[in-house]
Amino acid sequence: MKAFRVLTDTLLDSLRDLLPIIIVIAFFQVLVLQQPIPNFLELLIGAIFVVIGLTLFVLGLDMGLFPIGESMAYAFAHKGSLGWLLGFAFALGFGTTVAEPALIAVADEAASVAANGRMIEDSPQARESYAFGLRLTVAFSVGIAILIGVLRIIRGWPIQWLIIGGYIGVVVMTLFAPKEIIGIAYDSGGVTTSTITVPLVTALGVGLAHSIKGRNPMIDGFGLIAFASLTPMIFVMGYGMLV
Amino acid sequence: MNELALDLASGLWHTLLGTINDVLPIALILFGFQLFVLRKPIPQLKRIIGGFLLVLVGLAFFLEGLEAALFPLGKLMAAQLTDPGFLSPDGDMASVTQWDYHWVYLFAFAIGFSTTVAEPSLLAVAIKANQVSAGSIGIWGLRISVALGVAIGIALGVFRIVTGTPLYYYIIAGYVFVLIQTLFAPRVIVALAYDSGGVTTSTVTVPLVAALGLGLAGTVPGRNPLIDGFGLIAFASLFPIMSVMAYAQLADWMQKRRKRLATVTPTGDQ
Repeated sequence: MKAFRVLTDTLLDSLRDLLPIIIVIAFFQVLVLQQPIPNFLELLIGAIFVVIGLTLFVLGLDMGLFPIGESMAYAFAHKGSLGWLLGFAFALGFGTTVAEPALIAVADEAASVAANGRMIEDSPQARESYAFGLRLTVAFSVGIAILIGVLRIIRGWPIQWLIIGGYIGVVVMTLFAPKEIIGIAYDSGGVTTSTITVPLVTALGVGLAHSIKGRNPMIDGFGLIAFASLTPMIFVMGYGMLV
Repeated sequence: MNELALDLASGLWHTLLGTINDVLPIALILFGFQLFVLRKPIPQLKRIIGGFLLVLVGLAFFLEGLEAALFPLGKLMAAQLTDPGFLSPDGDMASVTQWDYHWVYLFAFAIGFSTTVAEPSLLAVAIKANQVSAGSIGIWGLRISVALGVAIGIALGVFRIVTGTPLYYYIIAGYVFVLIQTLFAPRVIVALAYDSGGVTTSTVTVPLVAALGLGLAGTVPGRNPLIDGFGLIAFASLFPIMSVMAYAQLADWMQKRRKRLATVTPTGDQ
């Protein structure tokens, strides 16, 4: 009975989450563009799918992703081996990013920009190797980001200083990077963190901050994702300068 | 009807395979470290695997629903709103000023807000922040302030594409603003605010916003889609940092004012 309550509550929440998109689309389609809504049935079924999907995702979050992220954080803190923890942090960042579909799309886009701007030869092979190199670069930078972020939680460094350092890095790289790469580099920061990575990484950070004495989960536990969206900008501009 | 059902079912199946593909490396890393490094059985293994399966199936439904219905319509609308025929009655782009794009700005604002509210990774972070702060950070309050930040960011980013100002002017000015704000914001919100920049742009927002940017850069005279079409996502990840800190500052200020009023009133009677 309780499970049923949770299910219906989550379902209603998901419905409410989707409502703004439906209102925006209906408003612009009917009032601004003054066109009928095409494929009404498909739209309705799609909306139902989105609501079902969001509901299952939220239920699974509390059952699977949050607990495993936290229990691994506790286990690593208990084991006390910094090397393995940092190795895990890097692997998690690198492994979750390298196959990220949004990143693959952006890397392909970047390759055509580079070919267009005569930065690389305009052939399929050259583009492919450029895009692959870019993907590895971004994945590597996210691995480094999570590693530094975990180190910060353990040592208790204030997040502002690292972020300021990162910002200075971005600004300095912007001065030297080829103009064509800047837009893509800035965007690559936003596409690296996928829907499955975010809950895991958040749970990891909060779990670590919980299990280390003297750390506040609110002040120290968050911030891993911030690093993961900052370092790719610096590394992608660096890649644009080197290649 | 049958054909539609078949289409959806096969679409759902492909999306599910794609999602499994995404989750596989993550699952390998998690279980690999758990078995070979931590060398401990996973507590409540069955429940966790169940949770992973729910997330997988949920994401497949979610993405397929977006793909089947909302994305095509959203992209079509982005294309129509940035079409020369819509912007100028005679189709002559030379006479169009930056203010003739008002519907595009409003669309950018509205689509930025509404897609962020539906973004699953933001929801995840909001749930966690609510748990960690013992309820003092509201799930809904955080999501609304992030969504407002994305909305303002994307509207401004679209304005930038229309006017053609270099992207880094805005981004660097935004950085300076964030740094100043960091000095004054309550300490507990800072890390969460920085994080909310990164979580706003994933499954829902990116495809629609990218379509808007590329469509617009293709229409505005003198813009190169390959150079000017990018950058909207950067705006969408910068502005929520400001809006979340502003939300915390506002909440802090209101609480202090309430306290001050509560202490001032009795002494004022004397």
